[in-house]
Amino acid sequence: MTQAVEKTDALKAKPVYLNLGPSHPTMHGTLRLFCELDGEIIKRSIAEFGYLHRGFEKHAENSTWTQVIPYTDRLNYVSAMMNNVGYCKAVEELLDLEIPERAQTIRVIVCEMNRIIDHLVCTGTNLVDIGALTNFWYYFNVRERFYNIIEQLCGARLTTAYTRIGGLMRDLYPGFEDEMRACLKDLAKAIEDVTGLLNTNKIFLNRTIGVGPISKEDAIRHGFTGPCLRATGVGLDLRKAQPYYGYENYDFEVVVGEHGDSYDRIVVRFEEMKQSARIIEQAMAKLKPGPIMTDDKRVALPPKAEVYTNIEALMNHFKLIYEGIRPPVGEVYSATEAANGELGFYIVSDGSGTPYRVKCRPPCFPIFQAYPMMVEGKMLADAIAILGNLNIIAGELDR
Amino acid sequence: MLIIVLKIIIPFLVIMQLLPLLIWLERKGAAYIQDRRGPNRAAILGVRLGGVVHSLADVVKLIFKEDIFPTNANKFIYTIAPFIAMAVACVTFAVIPWASPLEWKGSAFSLQAVDLNVGILYIFAIGSMGVYGIMLAGWGSNNKYSLLGGLRASAQMISYELTLSLSVVGVLIFAGSLELNTIVQNQGSNLLSWNVIRQPLGCLLFVVSAFAETNRLPFDLPEAEAELVAGYHVEYSSLKFALFFMAEYANMIVASALIATLFFGGWQVPFVSTETLRTYAQPIAYYSVLGLGLFSVAAGWFLVRRKHKVVYHDARDYETKVLGFPALLVGLALIAGQILYGPLPLGETGSQVAAAAFQFGAFLAKILFFCWVFIWVRWTLPRFRYDQLMKLGWRVMLPLALLNVVVTAGIYLWF
Repeated sequence: MTQAVEKTDALKAKPVYLNLGPSHPTMHGTLRLFCELDGEIIKRSIAEFGYLHRGFEKHAENSTWTQVIPYTDRLNYVSAMMNNVGYCKAVEELLDLEIPERAQTIRVIVCEMNRIIDHLVCTGTNLVDIGALTNFWYYFNVRERFYNIIEQLCGARLTTAYTRIGGLMRDLYPGFEDEMRACLKDLAKAIEDVTGLLNTNKIFLNRTIGVGPISKEDAIRHGFTGPCLRATGVGLDLRKAQPYYGYENYDFEVVVGEHGDSYDRIVVRFEEMKQSARIIEQAMAKLKPGPIMTDDKRVALPPKAEVYTNIEALMNHFKLIYEGIRPPVGEVYSATEAANGELGFYIVSDGSGTPYRVKCRPPCFPIFQAYPMMVEGKMLADAIAILGNLNIIAGELDR
Repeated sequence: MLIIVLKIIIPFLVIMQLLPLLIWLERKGAAYIQDRRGPNRAAILGVRLGGVVHSLADVVKLIFKEDIFPTNANKFIYTIAPFIAMAVACVTFAVIPWASPLEWKGSAFSLQAVDLNVGILYIFAIGSMGVYGIMLAGWGSNNKYSLLGGLRASAQMISYELTLSLSVVGVLIFAGSLELNTIVQNQGSNLLSWNVIRQPLGCLLFVVSAFAETNRLPFDLPEAEAELVAGYHVEYSSLKFALFFMAEYANMIVASALIATLFFGGWQVPFVSTETLRTYAQPIAYYSVLGLGLFSVAAGWFLVRRKHKVVYHDARDYETKVLGFPALLVGLALIAGQILYGPLPLGETGSQVAAAAFQFGAFLAKILFFCWVFIWVRWTLPRFRYDQLMKLGWRVMLPLALLNVVVTAGIYLWF
């Protein structure tokens, strides 16, 4: 007997090292997980990123304040408009500028629309990761309709650059509200279809309940925000905690989970889509005609008619075009509740036409740091399923 | 001699003809389940046949792809693996009966390639060879993902083979024979005496294990595209990949044929026994040809009359005409022939052949139905995790299969 034990001990097993990514179909973006496998179980792992680094922050230091807006599209390309809003809100705070009410309401509408799109993509692709492909199409059909709205709104689908410092690029188009209502109806139908396929599906429940849980304390320690934090039971939502753009006047609930596992993260996103739809309905009801751009001379171009007739307006126009917006010396940190969590911009201005420093705090950066911890001791298939519902967007992570 | 060659070639050809159809069914079925349109572009002279032509385009594409050998791959194993996978799938079909045996000059002439008296054992024996194809592909590719896929496949297929074989034991007890033809005849044409009614649990277990054996979702772990990219065939390209692809569908056909044969009456036409079919072969043939003619005329007329909403300004505009006119003419010819010459006297052999043709049609319909079930399930359910799959196999399915055997044997003994 003892001899046999010794013999098995003598059989030295070599661990298998597996590279998941950076080019792997389900590594959402270009992430890399280097793991040591024992059979199918991940013993140790190292998560690596940076394959999509494009130097957003350095770019921003060499552009005018307005030129940074298109770069922000490329941060979280799934919900580009929320980045536009986040950046512009930070610059406006630096300028101590209040944007018109209509612009605020439209920003709320597009933000919530993008939150819905982001959650659709996240849950849809996550379900593909665990093998349920059909739900993906139910979601992407709706997403397509939302993208049609975005296309009509600003001429682009992905790289929107919809906001301007002090307001918006363009007003809503006629017929926007009807189209949006039809879309929201489709969304409700799609959510119903998908939950109908999944709610009582034993395979789905087995694959998600209790998979990749993270405790409240761990989540807070890692700096989780957004749906991933709320899934653990912490009801932190910047729209409620530090309301901006009149979010305090909307009637919506902060959805919280219980265990912080994959199932909770998916269900929280399902519910948040419904809440976002509610906010959009309310915002469209209170939408009043008015300007969509502030008339503050520091940021807004004067009307063309005045430029041609009035010397002051001409000078103003000239200065704005040649020197750009010049916020006062100072620094600001402004955060919005983006689809993945707290999207913060820390901006330092030295009073010139270009930012001195733009630091972006992407919500998925802290979340990705917890990923190796969450997958260790799990199976390979779980690692993929967990990554999907953490919703790591490489563009935002690497900047 | 000629008959033996024909018997070998015909089942093989039937599988080969069903393959593109199934691939089309999978694509189109998936598309309609998922709110899409599916393949509708590839065309020959404007004829798209609702996307069937796309399979041809795929074949051409796969043939012209570069055949890649990965560095340090074991060339022999790497090459032989897809052949094993495909050959096993085709060979299994040899013992499946297509119709009731013909009685010719006093001796029975079975309509299957080989009438083995250990038919079902042969199928299990050959079927378990299928795992070699996948395992060797996983091993020979020199790729960690392939290796994981191969490991998963071997563990999964060996585990589920136990349930697969045990779930059939009940059927064998009822039939008292391992011969597939006897099993089918034992079930009779009455729907209520089919094994699915007599052995509901056995049927369920068999169907689930068949899903696992064919590596289809929810059991497609060996090729789980999410975590293993494409699993055991990740390194394969060109026709070698096509062989794996075809083997998957061929396995599906075999599994469907087995489900139909063992539990759903095989070639039996529901409620119509072989004797009835043979007695009334003449009127049945007459009216079905007439019906076929009418259907063909109606379909042709519908196609010819149909106006396109979109005008493509190319050959596709004539698609409905190209398909519609021949259908119309064939239909008219059939009807005219039937009316002019009336019911033809079929004779002894003729009525047997006609009955066999009907049974073959019924069997094919059953196979296609179960293939559709395979497709349907694939696009509805998520995938198991490896440990959950094993748990289901060993802790749930195997005890249930054993229980089924014990209960069936008990009932058979005492009643």
